[in-house]
Amino acid sequence: MTPKTASAPMAAQTTTTLPGAEVLMRALVEQGVEVIFGYPGGAVLPIYDALFRQNHIRHILVRHEQAAVHAAEAYARSTGKVGVVLVTSGPGATNAVTGLLDALMDSIPLVCLSGQVPTALIGNDAFQEADTTGITRPVTKYNYLVRRPEDLAATVHEAFAIAQAGRPGPVLIDLPKNITVGNAPYKGADEVKPRVGKVQVEPDRDAIVRAVAAMKNGRRPLFYTGGGIINSGSEACEGLRKLAKLTGFPVTSTLMGFGAFPGTDKQFLGMLGMHGTYEANLATHGCDVLIALGSRFDDRVTGRLDAFSPDSFKIHADIDPSQINKIIPVDQPIVGDVGRTIALMIEEWEKQPAYEHKAELTAWWEQIEAWRALDCLRFNQDQAPDAIIKPQQAIQRIYELAQQTGRDTFVSTEVGQHQMWAAQFFKFDKPNRWLTSGGLGTMGYGLPAAVGAQIAHPDALVLDVAGEASTLMNIQELGTIAQYRLPVKLFIINNHYMGMVRQWQELLHGSRYSESYSDALPDFVKLAESFHAKGLRATRMDQLDDVIREALAHDGPVVVDLCVAEGENCFPMIPSGAAHNEMILGPEQEERGAKVTREGMMLV
Amino acid sequence: MQQEAPGSAVISLLVDNESGALGRIIGLFSGRGYNIRSLTVAPVDEHGLVSRVNIVTTGTLSDIRQIKAQIERLVPVSRVVDLSSEGPHVAREMALIKVVSSGEPRTEALRIAEAFRARAVDTTASSFVFELTGSSDKLDSFIELMRPLGLAEVSRTGIAAICRGPQTIQNN
Repeated sequence: MTPKTASAPMAAQTTTTLPGAEVLMRALVEQGVEVIFGYPGGAVLPIYDALFRQNHIRHILVRHEQAAVHAAEAYARSTGKVGVVLVTSGPGATNAVTGLLDALMDSIPLVCLSGQVPTALIGNDAFQEADTTGITRPVTKYNYLVRRPEDLAATVHEAFAIAQAGRPGPVLIDLPKNITVGNAPYKGADEVKPRVGKVQVEPDRDAIVRAVAAMKNGRRPLFYTGGGIINSGSEACEGLRKLAKLTGFPVTSTLMGFGAFPGTDKQFLGMLGMHGTYEANLATHGCDVLIALGSRFDDRVTGRLDAFSPDSFKIHADIDPSQINKIIPVDQPIVGDVGRTIALMIEEWEKQPAYEHKAELTAWWEQIEAWRALDCLRFNQDQAPDAIIKPQQAIQRIYELAQQTGRDTFVSTEVGQHQMWAAQFFKFDKPNRWLTSGGLGTMGYGLPAAVGAQIAHPDALVLDVAGEASTLMNIQELGTIAQYRLPVKLFIINNHYMGMVRQWQELLHGSRYSESYSDALPDFVKLAESFHAKGLRATRMDQLDDVIREALAHDGPVVVDLCVAEGENCFPMIPSGAAHNEMILGPEQEERGAKVTREGMMLV
Repeated sequence: MQQEAPGSAVISLLVDNESGALGRIIGLFSGRGYNIRSLTVAPVDEHGLVSRVNIVTTGTLSDIRQIKAQIERLVPVSRVVDLSSEGPHVAREMALIKVVSSGEPRTEALRIAEAFRARAVDTTASSFVFELTGSSDKLDSFIELMRPLGLAEVSRTGIAAICRGPQTIQNN
């Protein structure tokens, strides 16, 4: 598609007037949309009719509107494009709410089109009416109710601009049925001036100079990188690699930042925060210069605020000024695109006098290596053929065997223990390959996310590392996977518990496992078969590798039920309200959990 | 308002006059746990396309900065200023105050109203409605004085605020 040139002759003529639904299609095509994830219903029938009568945009029929949004999120995250969702009015829109908030929290660019009852019926409690703009206002970056046909095309173009501008996010357009049925004038994107003027892309030079001067002065420096670098794009990721090599500084990453810096690189310390590595957290605690790049000091990262990186000079680069000084007061803010910030830091690093603290940096690395030598992710797996599989073993082997295929691999997760283990054991050398619900922690994210990633990358290996409780929240998407023959591999780490809930109950609530046991689970193998997928199961160590290999080799969807030890806890762990240097490393220190204060217990 | 205890701030903003715009601003305050002490809104440009909102809020200096930064993220908001931190400003409020009394208290109410330059905009044998414009402090003290004199009902506008001198919300 070369949309701009295609529409240029049109712009020269008098305004084209078309049915609203066709204006919508045309605007989507001009915006480069190739895929829509959606579910039809009364209020969007005109849009579905227009979809039927065109060949540019492919529609993926999901089985639940929440899944449409998660699929679009993964599509967006794995391609760098805007994800597009189409849902009907009322329940269609309310079902999308969780996904929209998920996208808002994780800064994913989306445009969600929702049907609405005709404008004349709005406010009358009409069938399938909801105050969609009212309901979605706090869960979107911006939203619209299109009341006038002449606003339709401009609204679509502006929505795409806003979704991508600055810190990306979801935008919803509510479309009353009379607007999509009635005629509307078409406007090209070049005729619209979107309201995105407040974004500061180019960082302030003086801020860069001061930041780099502080970095040059650092004896125990640390890069703390986040999802903003992925959003900024491949140049930002390339820049980060260059900056890290140039400076020799260690790099830690948030959950959302995986792949911005190679996970297998020696300079990478792994994830920081509540389930981060020992070396990453102690480095965060002990550093004297902390360089936050596209990260937002989330409470999962900081732990106890007054003990977070207490002695460091803090540099914070973010495109969203409201993130600066929001949680942690910083010494040197840099507002702007993190890719540009990194590029200018590289320039400035080379310009300023040579780094004088190489000896101290070497000592810092020795300290980090000593922490790393503790091997905080180690676990004891009984290697006997009939031994019970530990969840850590299962996840580590999924990673290693997937690596051995040599295929480009995209990994989604659900939310809980398995997600944290996947974050610990999977290493990503490229950005956009890791798809997880970070900010909102949405159980049921992973399976629809795998759908979105596989649609975007039909030839890639797409895995969902799942828990049995989470994945049941959107298990209906096995239907979507079957319909489009998506060769998604769903690995269910089945411990018969909502594992993270169980872990907190064990550590903080006297092992009273209130409602966290997964009772009456389905037979996942038969469930897979009923959805036309291959079903596999491993219950003993000697079956694990074979089952994973068989799943990876199968040219089609597979559901793997990996029955694992029930009582494993995810370590390391910083208990609620504790500081980074008070982490629990393993079961032998679990009693520390019992010492969590009342204040700590009030935290989530 | 200028004399308010530390922690109070006057934020003025310009917002596109579109459906739901005020809901976004109010939702931001309630959703993030910020306080709104008073809020006024009315269109201020010749075509009625842009409204000015004046909000009196409370918080520490960093709270106020965060509030301002959060408001700036709203798409229809084109300008935000924290008037209380950006040089001197004027803030005025109007109140309608109903006093129901007779005899000595009624005479006293009228006497105090004159001293405050409040105008009686409605008068009956047993009641007055006074109109009073000024700083919120002035309104507060007038209302307090009316309390023992038959104060029956109060309606206040919340403040309109503007910075002093030649600079405007657009260029300061």
